[in-house]
Amino acid sequence: MTTSHASPRVSSAATSAISGEIPLPAPAWSWVTRRLFGHRGLAIGLVLVALAMLIAIFAPLLAPHDPYHQDIANRMVPPVWHDKGSWTHVLGTDKLGRDTLSRLLFGTRISLTIGLVAALISGVIGTTLGVLAGYFGGRVDAVISYIITTRLAMPVVLVALALASLTGGSLTTVIVLLGLLLWDRFAVVSRSVTQQMRDAEYVYAARTLGCSLPYILLREVLPNIAGSLIVVMTLEMAHAILLEATLSFLGMGVQPPLPSWGLMVAEGKAYMFFQPWVIAIPGIALFVLVLAINLLGDGLRDLNAPGGRN
Amino acid sequence: MGTFIIRRVLVAISVALTISVVSFMLLHLSGDLATSIAGPEATAEQVERIRVDYGLDRPIVSQYLDWLGGALTFDFGRSYYYQSTVVELIADRMPITLTLGGLALALAVSISIPLGVLAALKRDTWIDRLALLFAVVGQAMPSFWFGLTLIVVFAVTLQWLPAAGSDGWQHFVLPAIALGYYATPAMMRLTRTGMLEVLESDYIRTARAKGLRAGSVIFKHALRNAVIPVVALAAVELGFMLGGSVVIESVFSLNGLGQLAWDAISRNDYPVVQAVVLIIALFYIVLTLLADVANAALDARIRTR
Repeated sequence: MTTSHASPRVSSAATSAISGEIPLPAPAWSWVTRRLFGHRGLAIGLVLVALAMLIAIFAPLLAPHDPYHQDIANRMVPPVWHDKGSWTHVLGTDKLGRDTLSRLLFGTRISLTIGLVAALISGVIGTTLGVLAGYFGGRVDAVISYIITTRLAMPVVLVALALASLTGGSLTTVIVLLGLLLWDRFAVVSRSVTQQMRDAEYVYAARTLGCSLPYILLREVLPNIAGSLIVVMTLEMAHAILLEATLSFLGMGVQPPLPSWGLMVAEGKAYMFFQPWVIAIPGIALFVLVLAINLLGDGLRDLNAPGGRN
Repeated sequence: MGTFIIRRVLVAISVALTISVVSFMLLHLSGDLATSIAGPEATAEQVERIRVDYGLDRPIVSQYLDWLGGALTFDFGRSYYYQSTVVELIADRMPITLTLGGLALALAVSISIPLGVLAALKRDTWIDRLALLFAVVGQAMPSFWFGLTLIVVFAVTLQWLPAAGSDGWQHFVLPAIALGYYATPAMMRLTRTGMLEVLESDYIRTARAKGLRAGSVIFKHALRNAVIPVVALAAVELGFMLGGSVVIESVFSLNGLGQLAWDAISRNDYPVVQAVVLIIALFYIVLTLLADVANAALDARIRTR
């Protein structure tokens, strides 16, 4: 990471924890996808994410039952591959007799909404901070780096839990909370990428031509860091989805009866010893969605990286 | 080196102070504490009484200064819920969380470094691919769900290990696996990348050209250099794991700091919440500080930057 002299930096250990996941600018994580899937990684990720989006949009058409309809006579029906399963409830029902498949399909909406909106909010905050720090350097950089360091030292899970509990955990508060907490990676990445192009010839040219500062930042700098930002965006989406599931699992996130996957695992916890599918099904859904988003992000990074296509 | 350390320590202290301000303000401003403590059935009069009794009616700045003054002497006040001071509660629960974090880190290091080295040495073979699969899966696995799955498989089905509690070492095995797996992918990748870089460097070529045995080249020359950033990352990961242990402790009913924080959050026991947030942050700050200093001591390029 290049830094001008005497400018205080974000703790190098802390940033290496982040850039360890987002190596800049040379992609180190790209070997992951390239080795295992070749370009299939990107394809698999793209297909799965697109599928999840379609499911989210068309959930009311796809779901065989009302996800909130309780049927006490049909509680804890096992999935269809089980001896006692039936095709009426392909993935079985929960402790209130609600259809698991329908809840799973509607749950896609919650996870994707949280992932997208939280990543957008944190993207705006983090990118603004990072671009300003990277472009101006000096004192601006010192102040913003300090803010980033402070944010990194805050235990996210604990702070999010406490605040979600105080504000009374709803879908909106969880989204806003995660958006306000997860901007650190955006800031670190956009700061270091902007630093590298602060002295690029086209930025210098724009400055010489007398372009205004907003013009330079928005039209010259931003498009050139957009590639890196999209990669961070996918990672933060995955991060936000996992955190929401964790908060909901611990009872401080999205509240019942919403079909959040984390909540579904929490509700199934008491039954997991004899009916393990009640936690296996939402857990696998969560795992597959996060995996798909990560694969998509890694694939995009490969395409974004210079010479990364081979 | 001296100035470098002094500057870093000063930054660390001011970060700790900033966090104490931010966490205090966040808790006091994102809701009405008195209403939360009083509960949904309290009358307006009862809420007011609680506000006065707990000192919540005073200006927030003076509340903060009082709290900070106490915190500097390790006096975090009394718990609203338990009949004891916050410090006693924390001292009581801390060993469990530290044991869990230490074990998880030991596990993560002892898996990720050999695996990373192996993947680098056997680049593009099935070993490399398997290591990578292990990382990709770890990256996407929700830790609470992984913990529950471990319980179902190893505690219930196979009955090898206990599912909950903290009486003996056996109780820490599954939680440490669940928590440690979370830190493994990043460390493994960093080891692998570092190893690949170092193996292509000039001094390794020289060492090989001198006719040194492959084992000596790999372990005495290459690994030693590749592992420097991994040590720093490990310190940071330990900080993350202490903060994230609230999830694992809840899954395995381990009575540590995380469980204490979760209980305190659900019971509106704010003195405990504030103290735990600050202490976990302090651990992280000290760990990153040590990592930075160790890094600087090992790599002259960092301290002259």
